[in-house]
Amino acid sequence: MDFSLRRASRRSASGSVGRAELRYSGHLVPPARKRKIRLVVALSAAVLLACGLVYTSLLSSSESVTPSDLVSAKAASGASYTLTGKVVDGSVRTTDAGVDFRVRDREGSTSVPVSYSGAIPDPFREGREVIVTVRKHGATFVGERDSLVTKCPSKFTEDATRRASS
Amino acid sequence: MAIVGRALLILALVVALYGVAASIYGAVRRRELVVSARRAVYALAALLVAAFGLLEAAYLRTDLTFELVAQNSSSDTPAFYKLTAMWSSQEGSLLLWATLLALYSSAALRLTRDRHRDEVPYATAVLAGVATFFLALLVFRESPFTLIANPPAEGNGLNPLLRHPAMMIHPPLLYSGYTLFTIPFAFAIGALIARQVGAADWIRATRRFALGAWLFLGIGILLGARWSYAELGWGGYWAWDPVENASLLPWLTGTAFIHSIMIQEKRGMLKIWNVSLVLATGTLAILGTFLVRSGILDSIHAFGASTLGVPFVILIGVMIGGSIALVVWRREALRSENRLDSLLSREAIFLLNNLVLVAMAFVVFWGTFWPLIAEALTGTRRALGPPWFDKYTVPLAIMLVLLSGIGPVIAWRKATVANARRNFLLPAVAAISLGAVLSAFGAASRPLALAMFVCGAFVVASVGQEFWRGVGVRRAMTGEGPLGALRSLVARNRRRYGGYLVHVGMALLFVGVAASSAFNNARDVRLVPGQTMRVGDHDFTYARATSRVSTSRSGELEKISFGAVVDVRRDGEKIVTLRPERSYFPSRDIAGLGPVGRFFEGEATSEIGLKAGFRRDLWAAMTPDIRKLMPTIQEGDRVFAAAAGKLPPELEGQALGAALSGIVNRYVASEPAATFRVISSPLVTWIWLGAIVVFLGGLIALWPGPDAARRRVTARYSARVAEDLGRA
Repeated sequence: MDFSLRRASRRSASGSVGRAELRYSGHLVPPARKRKIRLVVALSAAVLLACGLVYTSLLSSSESVTPSDLVSAKAASGASYTLTGKVVDGSVRTTDAGVDFRVRDREGSTSVPVSYSGAIPDPFREGREVIVTVRKHGATFVGERDSLVTKCPSKFTEDATRRASS
Repeated sequence: MAIVGRALLILALVVALYGVAASIYGAVRRRELVVSARRAVYALAALLVAAFGLLEAAYLRTDLTFELVAQNSSSDTPAFYKLTAMWSSQEGSLLLWATLLALYSSAALRLTRDRHRDEVPYATAVLAGVATFFLALLVFRESPFTLIANPPAEGNGLNPLLRHPAMMIHPPLLYSGYTLFTIPFAFAIGALIARQVGAADWIRATRRFALGAWLFLGIGILLGARWSYAELGWGGYWAWDPVENASLLPWLTGTAFIHSIMIQEKRGMLKIWNVSLVLATGTLAILGTFLVRSGILDSIHAFGASTLGVPFVILIGVMIGGSIALVVWRREALRSENRLDSLLSREAIFLLNNLVLVAMAFVVFWGTFWPLIAEALTGTRRALGPPWFDKYTVPLAIMLVLLSGIGPVIAWRKATVANARRNFLLPAVAAISLGAVLSAFGAASRPLALAMFVCGAFVVASVGQEFWRGVGVRRAMTGEGPLGALRSLVARNRRRYGGYLVHVGMALLFVGVAASSAFNNARDVRLVPGQTMRVGDHDFTYARATSRVSTSRSGELEKISFGAVVDVRRDGEKIVTLRPERSYFPSRDIAGLGPVGRFFEGEATSEIGLKAGFRRDLWAAMTPDIRKLMPTIQEGDRVFAAAAGKLPPELEGQALGAALSGIVNRYVASEPAATFRVISSPLVTWIWLGAIVVFLGGLIALWPGPDAARRRVTARYSARVAEDLGRA
């Protein structure tokens, strides 16, 4: 590649046309241009992939909301939301189908009712922080099957100790 | 003791700062300070081990004046869990992180003390710098030696969910992975600054650390998965949670790195790629630590309210900015010495493998941080669920497994048709035959799973063929028996054959994941004793209810368990009896709760019933319906409230035991309903078997071979001679 370039520059100085130059002008793309083409192709591919990824991500994702968001923004019936908040004390009712409870804001008292069936994580209990995918059906939010997760309890010991020690 | 602990941490911080300053000044001006900086890192390790030991001693003797001990230990916590309870807290886990970093840094600097004199000072500065960051957090933000003014009479105890051997080893392994990845990161920085970027420089010095990091992190992740499967009562092992993903990210880029460095070692290629990968891996390891502690993303594993987000963002910003600046600065020195000769070569396959791994890492990163990206793009936070992750990672994983079968056997530089036929014909025939057989048995209904089975078979066959040929050659050369030939074959090239074994383990693991995901049968059903449900080919009969009251070793009432005896039949023939159980631990937060009621307001854990098999796992968890017991529980609390202060404490304990026994007996007699989650899942055991094979392969690859030992001795001898000549 370097050889071809040297021959090409010699040609422009002398004005003569050599074999290397013929090959160069007839069959090969100048290296600098080749690099530019590669860069443009790679960047275009990256932009296309990024657009595709953003598009599929937007289609597949559900809005992350707090109970306040659901109450204030008037949740659309049937739309899917990822609800995050704390289980309201005294709200958990075991039913034949699963469990009903209310979820409130982390810092606040606004809450929404959730009816859930599916696997209930062991750490689930009142006061715990949960994440659950819900859809609005009438006045209740129905949890998607097996979507309920509860925060790892090892990270929740501090408050209890402080309460106990005080 | 707490004062001593705090003093040790402050001293460690001072020593770490000295290590940074001495190593940089030593590199630029006074060479002897580099040795002093190295010794400072040794001293740092000693100080942190002492602080760690002090805290462990406080846990062992249940010193409830320590806030951490009161938070997650108690006098009746078993000794093993007392020792391991430290890392279930933010402060304790930070101390573990810093201690492991100091220990591994000391080991790396000790092993390189006679070599790499240009890179080591800067690497020392980076290692001491990272240690300084964590020590600053421990000294100024999250002290593990905080005392409580009015210590409680008893600690909270370790959360029952965490009382599982896998969960206790899981954090140290993850942290070992994270901290070990800091070593190649630091040496790469040193190499870039010192302009010593050849394979003989920083890569050889840190290859083993990178491999160790990869192994520890991988096994740590799998232990977490095992705990989730056996302990959490949902029957899964991976949930694409942000914190889980954060541990996967450095593992993926680390996997790419330990493959691509082979190309740099053999052909002098991919230098920019390699330094970029290791710098990204080191940064992602810190990112993983950051995600657990910042609360920036909603995760079930993240610590609650934390103030550590900003310092971590600053550290990660410095790491990313510094890494990019260094790579750009040294781009000329990082030019490849060779070019790719052919797309049909080992280099090309390794490169493709790297691209797949980095693409996987990108997908996981994107999905994990999508809530923040979406918020920036649309103004609202959005979350992606497991189906999105599966859509992208499953095809990439299939490609990865296929490449792990091609890579080890394809020729370097350029593969010929003859080479390809010789190496791939048998594995390809074996894999396609297996695919045909499995299709005939219905596996074609899940094409992605079938593709994974075929690729897995290809890997096992191609690696098996390599072992077979290698053993054959050794037997012909030395006349050894098959086992002796196998042993000497592996011993003579541990890295190569250990790596092959890792590939087989990963293939088994991925086949297990594919089968258990695609052909999983799960049902949630509410049953009363005598009723049966069908899951797949199996009938699960809830035969009868069980219950018991357990006491701790100190004689205290520990938990109440309600369980079920579940008979499993296939074609009318009884196969096994499962005994799932749900245990209720008393709440430590006693305000407003009666002595009986508090047993039903505390933590609850599922003890699953599991029949693990090579072909299929039968898994059952149950949630008892205790609503009928509530009037009895409330009545019990009323009786105890009326008798409060009238009974001596020892009689009160006996009475409570009798009351709880009455409750559990009533439960069994009532023929109670329970909600069962039952899963019949094929090849789950292959995941854990694959993990064991990966672990063994990784150990073999890590174990120093005779060549490495000889090189070390030669290097030390050379250094001694050079020193003596210098003196003369």
